[in-house]
Amino acid sequence: MTSAAFLRTIPAAVLLPEFSAAFDTTLPRAAVPDLALGLEGIELHFGGIRALKDVSLDLRAGEIRAVIGPNGAGKSSLVNVISGLYRPDRGRIVLNGRAFAHVPSQRLPQLGVARTFQNLALFPGLTVAQNIASGWVFRRRFGLLAHLAGLPAARRETRSVDDRVDQVAAFLGLSSHLDRPVATLPYGLQKQVELARALVAEPRLLLLDEPMAGLTATEKAEMTGHIRAVRESLGLAVILIEHDIGVVMDLSDRVAVLDHGSKIADGTPAEVRRDPDVIRAYLGAEAA
Amino acid sequence: MSVTAATIRPVIPAQTIAILILLALAFIAVPHLASPYVIEAILLPFLALSLAGLGLNLLTGYAGQVSLGSAAFMAVGAFAAYNFNLRLGLPLPVTLVLAATTAAAVGLVFGLPSLRLRGFYLAVSTLAAQFFVQWALTKFGWFSNNSPSGVIAAPSLAFAGLSFDTREGRYLLSLSIVTLVTFLVHRLVNGPEGVNLIAVRDNETSARVIGIPVLRTKLWAFALSSAIIGLAGVLWAFTYLRTVEPAGFNLDRSFQILFIAIIGGLATIRGAFLGAALIVVFPLLLARLSGFFFDGSIDAGVVKLVERIVLGTVIIAFLIAEPNGLSAMLDRATRRLRSLFGRS
Ligand SMILES: Nc1ncnc2c1ncn2[C@@H]1O[C@H](COP(=O)(O)OP(=O)(O)OP(=O)(O)O)[C@@H](O)[C@H]1O
Ligand SMILES: [Mg+2]
Repeated sequence: MTSAAFLRTIPAAVLLPEFSAAFDTTLPRAAVPDLALGLEGIELHFGGIRALKDVSLDLRAGEIRAVIGPNGAGKSSLVNVISGLYRPDRGRIVLNGRAFAHVPSQRLPQLGVARTFQNLALFPGLTVAQNIASGWVFRRRFGLLAHLAGLPAARRETRSVDDRVDQVAAFLGLSSHLDRPVATLPYGLQKQVELARALVAEPRLLLLDEPMAGLTATEKAEMTGHIRAVRESLGLAVILIEHDIGVVMDLSDRVAVLDHGSKIADGTPAEVRRDPDVIRAYLGAEAA
Repeated sequence: MSVTAATIRPVIPAQTIAILILLALAFIAVPHLASPYVIEAILLPFLALSLAGLGLNLLTGYAGQVSLGSAAFMAVGAFAAYNFNLRLGLPLPVTLVLAATTAAAVGLVFGLPSLRLRGFYLAVSTLAAQFFVQWALTKFGWFSNNSPSGVIAAPSLAFAGLSFDTREGRYLLSLSIVTLVTFLVHRLVNGPEGVNLIAVRDNETSARVIGIPVLRTKLWAFALSSAIIGLAGVLWAFTYLRTVEPAGFNLDRSFQILFIAIIGGLATIRGAFLGAALIVVFPLLLARLSGFFFDGSIDAGVVKLVERIVLGTVIIAFLIAEPNGLSAMLDRATRRLRSLFGRS
């Protein structure tokens, strides 16, 4: 199925729920309707380590925003702050027009955010189809008893989830693997399944923590294609953490560079590439 | 492509047919053909322990929450059924449902620590259930209708003009309950809730960020598992032993049920039945064998001890050889058979 066909299967109301009156009028300039994410002065400590130092970042709807930096720079920590797994010591996170001191992680999908993990975080005991379907659980209206009783409406819901799983799987080229236990898939495909699980939730903001790590060149090209297609057909905003500079420069609209927890540069790929601080801290090897 | 019907082990029609044949044999042939000994000493305990294993498997195998308190929930079920029957004189099915509900409620309370504790620490906290329930049932005579010995006879089992007090009646009652509950558990684990259970077991963090209700799923698992184990307790006391006493529901029993779940194969339904069959039949076989070889020459206590050692050794050897249990072994065997027949 083409990207456009996939797009048509998703109701507009789900993709673009109105930004309700929840706007905080005291928010700074970042509080514009097309803001997908705002981070303001985020500080995060682990004991004596300052993992994030006064990091601010904004992300517009439909934008692919790379976050790069050397190992231990704080990239994953940033994603964990956005997804509520870490509670920042200072600063706030603006999501869906609302400001949070700490994002409630169990309500993340309702806030329109889905993520993948740097190390695979699939459910090895489930099939590919079930893993993807798990991303839709938060929308289910029928609970345990309705399913035990076999209520027709509950069955219908299950069928519609199956359809949606089929669509996403087709979109990512996973259709022939749906019934396999996910743990038996090669690593590259498992990365795709994780992306599928995130997409089935129909998020507006997608957080990808090193989606290409460990992939072969072919798989990387495929994943790059998927990320681009996702943005183009679904209009998702994407935070992309990636070490492969080629991929980053190719895919992203803007790039933020972290080093030792501080944001040392932020701009278009071309700007960042020229930045002397970035060259010193990170790109040095590649630029030389 | 169905997410719900096609699970880890899709139910192929051949399997459904096999199960139907098995059920027909169990319901129709066995009551006529099985000797009293087979029903009393093998089938009745097998059914009760299978059900307990199934209940624990839901919690430990599917949801990944270790429990050492199974026998406590069996006791709660048995004593609740006894008291609902004694004090309210309700029809048998209502008594059973209330007993299961009581066990679920107690299970829910002792499941609360699972919201904070994991693995070994959770296992230790479920021991609290084991000791607390046994203590309460012994301490407060009211539960045993103030019987001086604490041992009470199970009530007569009758419903809608049918009496289940005969040996065959008790067997059929047990079998019906086990069949019904197994069907419901099958539907549960193959439906969306099964996905939630395994997701919580496999990766709690990612389950949480994709919006799976982790806390609710854990509590459901504790409640349902305890309800099923509670029913198993009723079967154990009412249809097998015909007496209700706290002593039979001790820590040994909890471990026995844990062994059943593990040996049979965690996160499989048939595992509970395979494990229970082994745990019930193996000691009987050993007793026969030792009776045959050492008839009278060795003290009965020593034989009992040797039996336990052998059983323990077998369990350990088995876990090393096949950590996925009898169910996985059966899978391999059928696959091998199929390929043999396919070739010839
Ligand atoms: N849960 C944690 N507990 C303690 N320290 C942590 C934790 N998570 C991250 N850190 C520390 O915070 C710093 C930033 O780590 P982080 O994982 O965010 O880096 P990263 O940029 O994602 O690195 P990589 O490229 O290796 O994935 C490191 O010093 C790390 O040791
Ligand atoms: Mg990282």
